[in-house]
Amino acid sequence: MLRLPQFEVVAPSTVDGVVEALKVPGARLIAGGTDLLPNLKHHLDRPPRLVTLAQVSALRGIARDDDAKVLRLGARVTLRELSEHPEVRALFPSLAHAAGHVASPTIRNMATLGGNVNLDTRCRYVNQTELWRQGIGGGCYKSEGDVCHVVPGGKNCVAAMSSDNVPVLITLGATIHLVGPEGARALAMADYYHADGLRHTHARDGELTAELRVPYPEGPRRCEYVKWSVRNSIDYPLVSVALRFDLEADDPRSAITGAHVVVGVLGARPRIVGKLEGALGKALADPAVAKLVSEAAYAQCKPLPNVPYDPAYRREMIRVYTRRAIERMAAE
Amino acid sequence: MADGARDPSDSPEEVGGEPCDLPEAPEEARREPWVLGKIHRKVDAMERMRGITRYTDDLKLPGMLHARILRSPHAHAKILGIDASAALAMPGVFGVVTGQDFKIPYGIIPWTPDENALAVDKVCHVGDGVACVAAVDEDTAIAACRAIKVEYEPLRAFFDPEEALKSRDKALTINPYSRKGNLSKHVRLEFGDVDGLLDGSDVVIEGEYFFEGTTHGAIEPHCAVALVEPNGILTVWSATQVSHYLHRELAKVLQLPPHRIRVIQPPLGGAFGGKSEPFDLEFCVAKLALQTGRPVKLLYTREEVFYSHRGRHPMKMRYRTGFRRDGTITAVDAKTILDGGAYSSFGLVTTYYSGQLLCAPYNFQAYRFDSTRAYTNKPACGPKRGHGSVQPRFAIEIQLDKAAVALGIDPIELRRQNDIGPGTRTVNEFKVGSNGFQECLTRVEDASGWKTRRPALPYGQGLGIAGSTYISGTNYPIYPNEMPQAAVQICLDRSGRARIFSGANDIGQGSNTMLAVIVAEELGIPLDDIRVLSADTDLCPVDLGAYSSRITLMVGNACLEAAQRLRRKVCESVARRWQVPRRRVVLAGRMAIDGQDPDRHVSSAQAFQWAEADHGLLGEVGSYNTPKDRHGDYRGGTIGASPAYSFTAHLAEVEVDAETGVVVVKKIWVAHDCGKALSRRIVEGQIEGSTYMGFGEALMEEHVVDPAHGGVHAGPSLLDYRMPTFTDTPEIAAMIVEAGDENGPYGAKEAGEGPLHSSIPAIANAIYDAVGIRLDRIPFSPPRVLAALRERAAREARGELPPHKPGPAPQGGAA
Repeated sequence: MLRLPQFEVVAPSTVDGVVEALKVPGARLIAGGTDLLPNLKHHLDRPPRLVTLAQVSALRGIARDDDAKVLRLGARVTLRELSEHPEVRALFPSLAHAAGHVASPTIRNMATLGGNVNLDTRCRYVNQTELWRQGIGGGCYKSEGDVCHVVPGGKNCVAAMSSDNVPVLITLGATIHLVGPEGARALAMADYYHADGLRHTHARDGELTAELRVPYPEGPRRCEYVKWSVRNSIDYPLVSVALRFDLEADDPRSAITGAHVVVGVLGARPRIVGKLEGALGKALADPAVAKLVSEAAYAQCKPLPNVPYDPAYRREMIRVYTRRAIERMAAE
Repeated sequence: MADGARDPSDSPEEVGGEPCDLPEAPEEARREPWVLGKIHRKVDAMERMRGITRYTDDLKLPGMLHARILRSPHAHAKILGIDASAALAMPGVFGVVTGQDFKIPYGIIPWTPDENALAVDKVCHVGDGVACVAAVDEDTAIAACRAIKVEYEPLRAFFDPEEALKSRDKALTINPYSRKGNLSKHVRLEFGDVDGLLDGSDVVIEGEYFFEGTTHGAIEPHCAVALVEPNGILTVWSATQVSHYLHRELAKVLQLPPHRIRVIQPPLGGAFGGKSEPFDLEFCVAKLALQTGRPVKLLYTREEVFYSHRGRHPMKMRYRTGFRRDGTITAVDAKTILDGGAYSSFGLVTTYYSGQLLCAPYNFQAYRFDSTRAYTNKPACGPKRGHGSVQPRFAIEIQLDKAAVALGIDPIELRRQNDIGPGTRTVNEFKVGSNGFQECLTRVEDASGWKTRRPALPYGQGLGIAGSTYISGTNYPIYPNEMPQAAVQICLDRSGRARIFSGANDIGQGSNTMLAVIVAEELGIPLDDIRVLSADTDLCPVDLGAYSSRITLMVGNACLEAAQRLRRKVCESVARRWQVPRRRVVLAGRMAIDGQDPDRHVSSAQAFQWAEADHGLLGEVGSYNTPKDRHGDYRGGTIGASPAYSFTAHLAEVEVDAETGVVVVKKIWVAHDCGKALSRRIVEGQIEGSTYMGFGEALMEEHVVDPAHGGVHAGPSLLDYRMPTFTDTPEIAAMIVEAGDENGPYGAKEAGEGPLHSSIPAIANAIYDAVGIRLDRIPFSPPRVLAALRERAAREARGELPPHKPGPAPQGGAA
């Protein structure tokens, strides 16, 4: 079988203990391990130490904070818990849906929210064995080489942000709360990612994700997450679009007051679709909205051959699935 | 011979005490089957379900070493030198072998031994084995592999079979043993006046088809363990479906006499044809065990399973099929290129099968096929469930569907009309016995509501039909010999139990249960009282293995013969004590019963004890050999001939999303003529599993290498090689048709491979019915479906085609 490299495992019971344990250079966090362990088996990293969150009960819960009007989601909440939690389902149905469509039931039992928002970027030329990477001529920027196989001549890594939950959390205005040697800080999820497949988040060395906070809806709205992959289970998304429309009244025929569309599985950063102002003031059920928004997504999103399936097809499908999602919301 | 259907009333009355070992001895009293044809728990089901089955990788022996194979990153290269000294010097490393230790080539087909356990002077595909290390643990073995220095001189690699065939450069001949460049095998056979009949046909359908490579995807990776006993016997446990051939090839390559080798097949976690020949790991662990004196284990990684492959050949097929206006098929002309990969494997047979197995269920008046197998720098192709004929079946069934449209005939009627029928000969001179194809067609037609629903389904929804046939074993074994093709030994003991010794490989298809069912039926004891000891070359009679769907018919017949011999002995001993004619004794329900006075009965144990007292130890053997009058009298005419043929019809219902190209298969009705279902649920499972496997090939799977990246496998993992999950799989309605065959035990024929074939073209034909596009290559991936839809839309716009179905026009994908 594919073997893991050797590493030390430490299991602190407090967040401070985790921060302390992470001070060993190269140490990595492990929670569910569903992303990290396959990558280690592919020899994409060789951490001397894994710091497990298994004993850190402080990171586990889902709690309402009615003063701050946010739902607090602990980093160690599993994707299954997230997808089944009544408050999450009631307040943020698109998040529950996305979490419930990651990989497979057994993986969702192990995988955590903190791990999923920090899911390493993925690429068909990276997530392979050493023999395979040797076969294509010796790896790339993200493994042991110094080229890019996706964009010949490319100077940086364009591996794909492949989390199902990240686009949704951005549309919902979530913040990510980090704890590190220099204390705690928060960032908007919209600002957490940047376009470098080697290091696609703004987390600093030694920082861990403690929780996500998602603000309560301030008024009526409609949210959706659409994922297309070849299979209905196990697969990473090949098309991934999160949508949120704020409405004047709880009726799709009422006017749109805010529009948020975020697309994943492009490069290392999710794409926040811009230029949606034209939709504001129009009824969600107005066919012009579906057209305008889906055309904007199509125009602004350019999938790469970093994951399987023809990028031109995937680009077209961003348009189709976006339009259909809006039509579905409008019909409800 | 085995003939369970014989009417006992024909037999003269016989009083117990007469000699009973005559092969033509009259039958005893017959009763309704009490086990046969019912639903049984597989004999190994509980262990499997509880997770306590010991697979090959579960074997752990004292002092056992772990081996790893260093594999080539090049698709085609000369090996200039291998320096393993640094690896050998590492602590914990016990031995290293290279191709120099395995200079004798082997191959499953005796005429094409063209591979070595490890590459001798050159590597022929990415993943070819170069050296093997045995070390104290896997990590040490992996580190030692990394320390081996191999100097390669890369050569131009061929990934396209036609390009490979064109090459005349001897230095670029891929396979080191090939004598005809990159030509692996060419077969051309012609029966009747093909050109004349095609010329005289009212309609000739021409088509070009491409069947992409697919692989088996068994959940258990290949694994082997070798141990040299203190007495010098080499024991090899291997996840194989052909322990006998492995035994032979080990003896040949290691130059050991066969009696010094024992091969055992532990319970398998799936095979599907992917374990039906020897692989590098078996030779490596054996050699390293001999060299180090310690047991050695090697378990493939999933990537290695993909590179060892032996899956379905990619086939490019050109078909011309002639029809008379009334739908009668006149002639079929086929030209096929098979992409063989780097080694022959079963390729000689595959090349024949790609033509020879297609002459039923439809009657061809004339037939020509021209099949060429090329070597390429890819993992070797071989047999996968439905060996050789799944690809041409795809072409033939779409050709028929196109003809049905062109002639305005219902596709089921067209098939019905061309059915070759029972008790006949095919155009290539194969004798066909029983044939339940008509019933298969009718069953799926009725169950699906074809007649009423098909005309009513709107644009985007459709029904498609396809039919097929398959062999129940081949008439001639892989290596020519006159010995029986199958043999079984059965022993009864005084506690009332039976032990069955059989060389047959149970690969999950349930062959051990099938043997137990036959013995239970004949000897009146329940399955719980029967132990099947199989696939151990020291304990069991030789069997050729689990391939070509041979076991139920062949090993079943051998088992039936032995069981009936024992039954006669037992009945005779009971009859003697009761002073009644032997045929009054009935064995059932763990008892021997007087058929005319059921109150008189004894336990099976008592009956067996009486018989043992009369006859000594109760052991019998049975063997089976094939009838030799089934094949054609021409070169190659024996290849593909079988004692009996199964028949299948698939009817698929699909929904096509015209805007995304996504095809959803909603339901598949499948009726399969297996002659007689000896164990009903197992047969249904085989039908469902085959149908599912075909569905996956139709929609998702692609076993391909990437020529732009050195010929690496496009995705050698279960994440990237997409086999459908439970949630993707359509509802499958499996129906059993029983057209009993005189050559099968109780009339039984195969059920393990036949029900795959027509699954794929049925889906293709349903897609046509839904949206009017022909998908002549697999898989039917959404981009490909969408492209075909657009092509049709463009032709409709130009007025070349009418809209396919009334209703909303197909959408172009633009939002």
